[in-house]
Amino acid sequence: MNQNGPFALIFHALFILFMIAPLAVVVWVSFTPLGYIDAPTTDWSLRWYREIWNSSGFIQSFWLSLGLAFAAATLSLVAAVPAALAIARYDFHGRGFLTAMFLSPLMIPSVVLGIAFLRFMTAISITGTFYGMVLCHAVFVMPFVLRLTLASVTGMDRQAENAAISLGASNMTTFRRVTFPMILPGMVGGWVLAFITSFDELTVSVFIASPSLTTLPVRLFNHITQTTTPIVASVSAVIIFLSLAVILILERLYGLDRLLVGTKR
Amino acid sequence: MTPALYRRTAPYWLSLPGFVLFAVMLFVPLVMTLLLSFYSFDYTAGIQTGFSWHNYADVVSDDYFHEIFWRTFRYGLIVTLFCIVIGVPEAYILNRMRAPWRTISLVAIIGPLLISVVVRTLGWVILMGNNGLVNTGLERIGLAKIPFIYTETGVIVALIHVMIPFMIISVWAVLQKVDPATENAAASLGASQPKVFFRVVVPQVIPGILSGSLIVFSLTTSAFATPAIIGGRRLKVASTTIYDEFLNTLEWPLGAAIAIILLLGIMAVILGWNRLIERRYAQVFQ
Repeated sequence: MNQNGPFALIFHALFILFMIAPLAVVVWVSFTPLGYIDAPTTDWSLRWYREIWNSSGFIQSFWLSLGLAFAAATLSLVAAVPAALAIARYDFHGRGFLTAMFLSPLMIPSVVLGIAFLRFMTAISITGTFYGMVLCHAVFVMPFVLRLTLASVTGMDRQAENAAISLGASNMTTFRRVTFPMILPGMVGGWVLAFITSFDELTVSVFIASPSLTTLPVRLFNHITQTTTPIVASVSAVIIFLSLAVILILERLYGLDRLLVGTKR
Repeated sequence: MTPALYRRTAPYWLSLPGFVLFAVMLFVPLVMTLLLSFYSFDYTAGIQTGFSWHNYADVVSDDYFHEIFWRTFRYGLIVTLFCIVIGVPEAYILNRMRAPWRTISLVAIIGPLLISVVVRTLGWVILMGNNGLVNTGLERIGLAKIPFIYTETGVIVALIHVMIPFMIISVWAVLQKVDPATENAAASLGASQPKVFFRVVVPQVIPGILSGSLIVFSLTTSAFATPAIIGGRRLKVASTTIYDEFLNTLEWPLGAAIAIILLLGIMAVILGWNRLIERRYAQVFQ
């Protein structure tokens, strides 16, 4: 009974095609030897991959995005872990407010965040600084880190902590040796989601980027809105390959459904 | 510190780093943007501080902006509707699949969430653009090109592609809690498969559809990359208009006013929607 009929499977196949096609053509076109968008059938070439290497801009942006995502996810995690402990374990005045505040970047349109950051950074003259960008990114990746950390703190068995304390461990030792290892998977999951979110982000970055600090999605966006040469396809193909690697690792370690849907298998 | 005092103050200093980050980097910038929306702009003198409602008056009285906001709202409605119509059956089918097809399908459907929207939108440009694969192919065999870039249909199709994973995720999360026995009961009583789906499954996943719709609607109305790349300058939405005011014409106060209207509009929809859900479900559970 609980099996998909032929009609359902055709629907499913068409839907998967719809989801995959735009990504597949990007990869396909990236191997063209020609100077315009074309799908190679007999002549395949790595010309546009070599072109990425020759145009220093994309490489520079790639390293910037990587560094930015790393710093923002880490800063966000450092702020989120103690906050998650407070929210999960204490009943205090302002708890609901704090939770809502930390999750609020999900409700505010990115474009509004972008101009708010731009306005603020201009006012205190930190536009075009790496550290300014890190602070902005740390804010909007916070919900992802907090949600996963909070889930692992709430789901944790506190007996282990009580046992450690009753055996004479100090608060600090208990955190370091018991609590921390138990909530580590949630922290890592949240950090990775935050990293990817920051790395992929366009709308906020488009406002706070400067010519010398242009993240990869912003450079790609600027390129696409001007011309569509196959280099945008090869850069995108590299992003797809890297993302696919991360997706497969996450699927192995956590299961995509558990990480993104929040269900248990 | 005494233990009692420690317990009372601990949550505050634990959440202090995050609170400071958000107070400085979110609260202050948002308040400054609100104030900015009341300033005025002059092409020679630049931004003038002050307090006036004229930016809001400009937006409210100008048909140009009406069209932009109406298009933004329309995209939100149409994309949400299509995400429900396609996403709900797809989540149901996905939930009934077995390993390894389920995992493979899952990677194909929610994996794209982890790939930049710019890349996903570029895929549609390459596939359906004027010099894209489909249209060059059509031209070669002597058929007319399908317009896609700079059309509302194009923007909507690409937005559905970007947003539908969120709908599938929300519906699927609820589906996992649905007891399969209810379906079996209906089937054993002679209900056909479509009847089981519409009369037994769909009513039980309505909470997932409602929360998925809210996510899809709010993300669609604030989407930037897809309307900017596929819609271009002719089919402006609120977010691309704000972008132009800030980075091209440099009329920051007007851009800030549009942003505040967009923010309040989306907040109103979110709060209203939650109220609706609470009221509906209060009735259901009575």
